Amino acid sequence: MKKTVLKTALFAVLMFGFAFALIPLYNTFCEITGLNGKTSGQVEASLVKNQVIDENRKVIVQFDSSVNSELNWEFRPTEFEMEVIPGKFYHTEFYAKNLSSKDITGQATYSVTPAKASLYFNKTECFCFTKQTLKAHEEVKMPVTFIVDTKLANDVKIMTLSYTFFKLES
Amino acid sequence: MSHAETHSHDHDHDHKPKGFVKRWLMTTNHKDIGTLYLIFSLIMFIFGGALAMIIRLELFQPGLQFVQPDFFNQLTTMHALIMVFGAVMPAFVGFANWMIPIMIGAPDMALPRMNNWSFWILPFAFTMLASTFFMDGGAPAAGWTLYPPLVLQGGHNLAFAVFAIHMLGISSIMGAINVIATIMNMRAPNMGYLKMPLFVWTWLITAFLLIAVMPVFAGAVTMLLTDHYFGTSFFNAAGGGDPVLFQHIFWFFGHPEVYIMILPSFGIISEIIPTFARKPLFGYVSMVYATAGIAFLSFIVWAHHMFSVGMPLGGELFFMYATFLISIPTGVKVFNWVSTMWKGSMTFETPMLFAVAFIILFTIGGFSGLMLAIAPADFQYHDTYFVVAHFHYVLVTGAVFAIIGGVYYWIPKWTGNMYSERLGKIHFWWSVISVNVLFFPQHFLGLAGMPRRIPDYSVQFANWNMWSSIGGFAFGLAQIFFCIIVWRTIKGKGTSKATDRVWEGAKGLEWFIPSPAPHHTFQDGAPVNDEHLAHVSSH
Repeated sequence: MKKTVLKTALFAVLMFGFAFALIPLYNTFCEITGLNGKTSGQVEASLVKNQVIDENRKVIVQFDSSVNSELNWEFRPTEFEMEVIPGKFYHTEFYAKNLSSKDITGQATYSVTPAKASLYFNKTECFCFTKQTLKAHEEVKMPVTFIVDTKLANDVKIMTLSYTFFKLES
Repeated sequence: MSHAETHSHDHDHDHKPKGFVKRWLMTTNHKDIGTLYLIFSLIMFIFGGALAMIIRLELFQPGLQFVQPDFFNQLTTMHALIMVFGAVMPAFVGFANWMIPIMIGAPDMALPRMNNWSFWILPFAFTMLASTFFMDGGAPAAGWTLYPPLVLQGGHNLAFAVFAIHMLGISSIMGAINVIATIMNMRAPNMGYLKMPLFVWTWLITAFLLIAVMPVFAGAVTMLLTDHYFGTSFFNAAGGGDPVLFQHIFWFFGHPEVYIMILPSFGIISEIIPTFARKPLFGYVSMVYATAGIAFLSFIVWAHHMFSVGMPLGGELFFMYATFLISIPTGVKVFNWVSTMWKGSMTFETPMLFAVAFIILFTIGGFSGLMLAIAPADFQYHDTYFVVAHFHYVLVTGAVFAIIGGVYYWIPKWTGNMYSERLGKIHFWWSVISVNVLFFPQHFLGLAGMPRRIPDYSVQFANWNMWSSIGGFAFGLAQIFFCIIVWRTIKGKGTSKATDRVWEGAKGLEWFIPSPAPHHTFQDGAPVNDEHLAHVSSH
C-alpha cells in the first residue's frame, strides 16, 4: 500500500515537471521539424556558402511586418518582395520609426511560411537577433542578409518572411 | 440473498460519531465522505445551472436585454469551470467513495484521513473562485480554457482562479491516489482484477488519467500566473514565448480531462443495464480493454481542439486519424450495452430509463464529435454553437444523465428508502424532452454560423435560440424537481422502505448488505462468492 501511494504521488510530481518540460520540448521539436515557421537563429555565412547554384531556379521571397499595439512605432519593409536564386546571398532593409517622444526598446520576432520552407531560410544578419533601441522620433533602416538553401523543396515557389515588433519592458 | 453471511449488519446503528462537527467535518468514513461529495456536487450543479439560466435568458432574444457583454463572458467561463470541476468531477468521486469499497469488499478507502482532506479542500477552492464575482473587474471571462493572451489581460481574478485550480488539482490527485491504493491493495480475497465490477475498473483507469494530467494543468496555470505577475514569457510572444504553446499544454490535459468526466459514466451505465436487462454484461473483458484503449488514445489526440490555429498538414492528418480511432473502443462499448439488452427481460425503472437515454444521446454526441474531428470540416464548425451542442450532448445527456441514473440506482441503498417511481419517471421524461429542445437546435445554429461565447447575435438565429432557451428553462426546472425527489427520498416521504437487494436483477456485493448501508461494512472481511458478482469472466 505504501509503495502504491509513493509511486503514484511521485508520478504526479513528475507530471507537474513534465508541464514545464513541454516548453523546451516544444521549441526543440519545432526547430528540428520547422513546424510553426520557426527558423533557427543566426547562421554563420561560412556554413551556407559554396552551394551548387542553379541559376535558372527562381523563388519569390515576400516580406511582411506588423507592430504590436503596445509599441508606438512605424515598421515596414522597404521592398515587399524579391526574386531570389537559392544559394546566393541577398540583402534587404526594413524601415522603422519611433513615433513617440520617448526612447523605446523593441524586439522583433519572426517566422517563415510555408512551414516546410522555414528550415531552408537562413539569415546571416538580422536586426531581429538583438534588441533595438530607437530614440524619440528616430528613424532607421534595419538590415537583413539571408540565403535560401538550395535544398529547398522544388514545389516551394513563394515564401513569406514575417516580422512582428514588440515593446520590451524596461 | 441473505445478508447473514456478510457479518456487517451487527454494526448497523453504532459507531456513528456524535455531533455535526465530528460526524461531517472530521469524518474519515468513506460513506459519509461520499455523501458530502454528492451533496457538494448537487449544490454546484444548481449554482452552475443558475449561471446557465442567465445565459439562456440573455440569448432568448437578439440584442442585449439583461446583462452586459463582459458579465456574459464571466457567466460562460464560470458556468464551465463550476460544472466541470464542481459538479461532474466531485459527483463521480462521491460515487467512488460510496461504492468502490463496498463493491470490492473493503472496509473503507485506503487513506481515510487524506480522504477527508480531499473533500474539505473543495468548498474553500470554490468559495475562492466564486468570490471573484464580487471583485473589481469581476470573475475570469476568457473562457474555461483560459487562453493567453486574453486571460492575461483580465484583472486579479486570474490569481484566484489559478489558486482555486491548484487546490482542486491537489484534491483530485489525492482522491485518485486513494482510489488506486484502495483498488490495488484492499480487494477482498477472491476479488481478482477481472472480477471487479466495471464501475471499479473505469474508476481505476480514470484515477490514472487524473494523476497524469491534473499536474500538467496545474503547471500550465502556474505559467500563466508567472507570466502575469513575475514577468516570465512562457506564452508571451514579445518575450520569445508562444501563446499557441499554452493551447498545446492545456489540451494535453484537456482531452484526457473529458474522458475523466465520461469513463466513470460508462462504469455506472455498465452496472445499471445488466440489472434491468436481467442478463450479465455482454463482453465484460472487452469493456475493460476498450476503457483502457480510450484512456490511452486520449493522450494523442489533443490538437484536434486546435485544428484552426495553423498546423502543418501532417499534424492535421495525424490528429484527425488518431481521433477517428477513438470511435472503435467507444463503439465496442455501445455495442456491448445494446447486446446486453438484446433478448433481456427488460423493465424500465427510472435508472434504466436514464441509462437507455444515455446510450442514445451520448452516441449522438459522439457522432457530432466525429464530425468535428474531420479537420477540413472543423474549419467551418470551429468555435460555433455546433461545438456547444456537441459537448453538451456528451456532458449533459452523457455524464450528467449517468450521474442522475446512478443516484436513482443506488439511493435506495444509501438511504434505505425507495424513491417515488412515479416522480422519478416524470423527472426522466421532463428532462429528456427538455434537454433535446435545449441542445438539438444548437446544432442548426452552429451549422448556420452562430459563434459561441457571444451575448448577442444576428436576427436569423432568433428562432432556434428561443427554442433552446425554452428547453433550457424547462430542463433547469426539472433539476429543481430532482432535488425535491432526492430530499423526499432521504426523508422517507411518500416512499417505501428499500429491500436489501433493491432491484430484482441486481448483482454485486453492494446488494448483499442491508439497506440503508450500515455505517461500517465488511469490517471482518467480505466473503466473495462468484455467484454474487455480476461480471465473472469465464476463465
